[in-house]
Amino acid sequence: MITGYITRVSGPVVTAGGLGGAGLYDVVEVGEARLIGEIIRMDHVGAVIQVYEENTGMRPGEPVVSLGRPLSVDLGPGLLGSIYDGIQRPLVQLKAASGSFLAPGVKGEALDRARTWRFVPVLRSGDPVEPGTLVGLVKETELVEHRILAPPLTQPGRATRVSPEGDYILDEIVAETDSGARIGLSHDWPVRRPRPCRKRLPPDEPLITGLRVIDVLFPISKGGCAAVPGGFGTGKTMTQHAIAKWCDADIIVYVGCGERGNEMTDVLTDFPKLVDPRTGRSLMERTVLIANTSNMPVAAREVSIYTGITVAEYYRDMGYDVAVMADSTSRWAEALRELSGRLEEMPAEEGFPAYLPTRLAEFYERGGRVQTLRGNPGSVSIIGAVSPPGGDFSEPVTQHTKRFIRCFWALDRDLANARHYPAISWIDSYSEYSDELRDWWDGVDADWRDVRTRAFELLKREQRLEQIVRLIGPDALPDEQRLVLISADMIKNGFLQQNSFDEVDKFCVPAKQVLLLRCIMEFHRRAEAAIKAGAPLPRIVGLPIRERLARLKSIVPNDNLDEIRAAEKEIISSFDELSRQYRKEEAR
Amino acid sequence: MRGLEHRGLRKAEGPIVIAARTESAGFGELVSVRDRSGVMRTGRVVDVSDTAVAIQLFADNTGISLDGVGIEYLGRPLELRVGPDLLGRVFDGLGRPTDGYPEIVSSDLRDVNGRPINPAARVYPRDFIQTGVSAIDGMNTLIRGQKLPIFSGNGLPHNRLAAQIVRQARVLNQGDKFAVVFAGMGIKYDVARFFVDSFERSGVLARVVMFLSLADSPSIERLLTPRSALTAAEYLAFDLGMHVLVVMTDMTNYCEALREVSAARGEVPSRKGYPGYLYSDLAELYERAGRIEGSNGSITQIPILSMPNDDISHPIPDLTGYITEGQIVLERELFQKGIYPPVAGLPSLSRLMKDGIGEGMTREDHKDLSSQLFAAYARVKSIRNLVAIIGEEELSKLDKQYLRFGERFEAEFMTQDEFDDRGIDRTLELGWKCLSWLPRDELLRISPALIAKYLPGGSLP
Repeated sequence: MITGYITRVSGPVVTAGGLGGAGLYDVVEVGEARLIGEIIRMDHVGAVIQVYEENTGMRPGEPVVSLGRPLSVDLGPGLLGSIYDGIQRPLVQLKAASGSFLAPGVKGEALDRARTWRFVPVLRSGDPVEPGTLVGLVKETELVEHRILAPPLTQPGRATRVSPEGDYILDEIVAETDSGARIGLSHDWPVRRPRPCRKRLPPDEPLITGLRVIDVLFPISKGGCAAVPGGFGTGKTMTQHAIAKWCDADIIVYVGCGERGNEMTDVLTDFPKLVDPRTGRSLMERTVLIANTSNMPVAAREVSIYTGITVAEYYRDMGYDVAVMADSTSRWAEALRELSGRLEEMPAEEGFPAYLPTRLAEFYERGGRVQTLRGNPGSVSIIGAVSPPGGDFSEPVTQHTKRFIRCFWALDRDLANARHYPAISWIDSYSEYSDELRDWWDGVDADWRDVRTRAFELLKREQRLEQIVRLIGPDALPDEQRLVLISADMIKNGFLQQNSFDEVDKFCVPAKQVLLLRCIMEFHRRAEAAIKAGAPLPRIVGLPIRERLARLKSIVPNDNLDEIRAAEKEIISSFDELSRQYRKEEAR
Repeated sequence: MRGLEHRGLRKAEGPIVIAARTESAGFGELVSVRDRSGVMRTGRVVDVSDTAVAIQLFADNTGISLDGVGIEYLGRPLELRVGPDLLGRVFDGLGRPTDGYPEIVSSDLRDVNGRPINPAARVYPRDFIQTGVSAIDGMNTLIRGQKLPIFSGNGLPHNRLAAQIVRQARVLNQGDKFAVVFAGMGIKYDVARFFVDSFERSGVLARVVMFLSLADSPSIERLLTPRSALTAAEYLAFDLGMHVLVVMTDMTNYCEALREVSAARGEVPSRKGYPGYLYSDLAELYERAGRIEGSNGSITQIPILSMPNDDISHPIPDLTGYITEGQIVLERELFQKGIYPPVAGLPSLSRLMKDGIGEGMTREDHKDLSSQLFAAYARVKSIRNLVAIIGEEELSKLDKQYLRFGERFEAEFMTQDEFDDRGIDRTLELGWKCLSWLPRDELLRISPALIAKYLPGGSLP
């Protein structure tokens, strides 16, 4: 351990002398209060340290101790269901130590060192061991089997000893090898270093979110990266919450980075009560929360994103599909800007440091679908919220993010104002994953591609017509074009809009998604034909099936779609009836 | 050290002065600065190295000289003396009494910077506060423990609305202890007077604590005013278990002061010259609202800010909106039509509303009804744009029905008297009445069962 002394304190940036022997990105304990910090620069004035806790009262001359290792995350059973701050301090334990308010300098173990876990060995003595080898299993929660693997830096060798099935604490060594590796139930990993994998796999399986506008129109793959940009009040957090609740990932890592405290409390109180529709267990059993709210120290906000992604990679290595919600990456970028400003670095656009795009790229590249060291597939999907100032997407964080993601869910102010949620714009959003996912969707419903294309076309035509309508009003349009407006409204109300608090509608299975859209498109096709045959538009608008289609989404349960199929038949019969009546009238 | 005075400065520039480091000063600690004529000022250490100390003064710097100044390091951050006697008192931004009475008697000193609430210790706010204002209760419900700012513009009646909320706010079926903390930053004397009068008339003055840093006080003092006020609020809420409503006005003046100091320190500016940490700094204030485990009390914040040039994308309202749980936006167009309160229908939002309304809290139909009103009013707005171009005559029958709905909605639902205290049932009833101007099959956001039950004449086909 190397000890130095503080020479300057400027907010969360502290300069220290006497640390020439310490390394860049070493963790340091700063001052008498032993606050956690990280060395971020070494120059002629000494080591520049960013302090992860509130440091009022700190003065020059106080000691600084380097712990001689980079900032790391403790990885092992017990992560799930926990809530941590940006540097993985357990917030529930901190509450016991310092009360409802966070005091600087309080410490807590990220994982409970005293708790025992039931370990079932898989590895046998004499088996070869290399990084990623499965050593044994621990049932972490009812939902998740925690696979104890040889850590990535293990020296290859043969197992000389494997502990029998039994209850062990985290620090106990459960396997040893002739190469000198001693494998316990937990290990740590530097937050800023991506965990290795064998190779990357193509992202050809969708991450089903249960949100129709995403799954059908702008799908994301398992291992994909998406950005959700939007001004305040457009529903970034609501979208992230909905995905975290209902998407079909095995593990969720929710990073609240510089956002509201009450939102994290919402997750904390809501998730344990919610039941995963696939497994019937509480959603909290598959969730890890990292909460560094906007009023918590800014330096820890910067690192919280890395803490979250490292935890995600750890579960990926076990072969799980992990989804990371990062809310919001803009706050993280602002933390970078704030620290960069205090370091007196040369600013680039809008005061952000010139290395902002590099950091963003590094972050999003940690997402992906991979073949793990053990050889099986696993994935980390990243869904990052972006909070552009003034809702203006031309600002640096949105623009740079766009370069490193392939799925862009632009939130629209007008939709949000009309309380059309999720307010994902079908005009500005895009997904580059739809081609890769085609085969998967063909397996669900062969019509997916066709229905989707037609819906897109219809919405685009409506957008063009809207521009005309804004000038001359809808009544001046011919019936055929007015029908486009009406059908587009049906898509908006009956398909795109989704109430995440509605018992039935909060989650929609893929088969129902396609059926719903197919019904509406079928209505449109029939109506178009009817108009061509001369039927008056008001008669079509007055058909009772139209209101019924708009309400189907919240009536038909996910496990029984017969009613939608019945509605599909009703469309046909309604139009047949309509044309019969119409012909009769005409004959008269 | 207390009682030890150091002489001389190296540099004085704006609100920042630099002194040689002659004793061990801590970052963020309080400093007492005495000028050549003996006048005392308070400052804070904002940067300290092993050779120099930078001090930010909370007062005007006229008469500060390099040689004649005495500096005393107080060895502690700015603290507020708290006790039950705070109620009914008036202080300046630094927590010194200005009502002519002595300091309160208490040995309980609190750091005004506060500490972040542990997110795991928060209690999610769910209790509906009835403000008696339909535009708020019906459409943007205020919840106990929420931070809901009023975005206003110069000349709009934000003060009247805030006073009305303070006067009428109550939680259904409960008669708990409550208090009001008022922080005035850079506001005119008349505005402060208006609030005092209004508190007096409604008989709550004895339950109000005021922290005033008026327009003629040094602008830097405004940086501490909300912190002192929130420290008092935290004490009242979490130590004494009261329900505290904090009104902070005008946050724009606070942000201007922050920019002034940042510029004086030569920091790299971000948007419109505001410092890059404006977001974090505002969050330090706004996030002090809420409820915590183990205490019955709550802090509900209503910050008021005037949007420069009515521009909602200006950094101050923009960053505020990203931190607070919604916003009440006042609209000049409605105000000019003579509508009070001129709460803009669409951009206003309460994020906590979803969990505080509905059966058992307000009424079962509240969620669907408000969602439908929002959707319908959004349609009205777009039809009005159309009317401006093609005239009303050319509209379809349905669009005309929407227009009529819009007029009714503004005239009957939104408009109300400053002293009209509407119950939630009355508010919802008015909402249904407005919806009855629309054809039934347009009400897709409401379940048919609720339509049958509540829509006037709703059981008809």
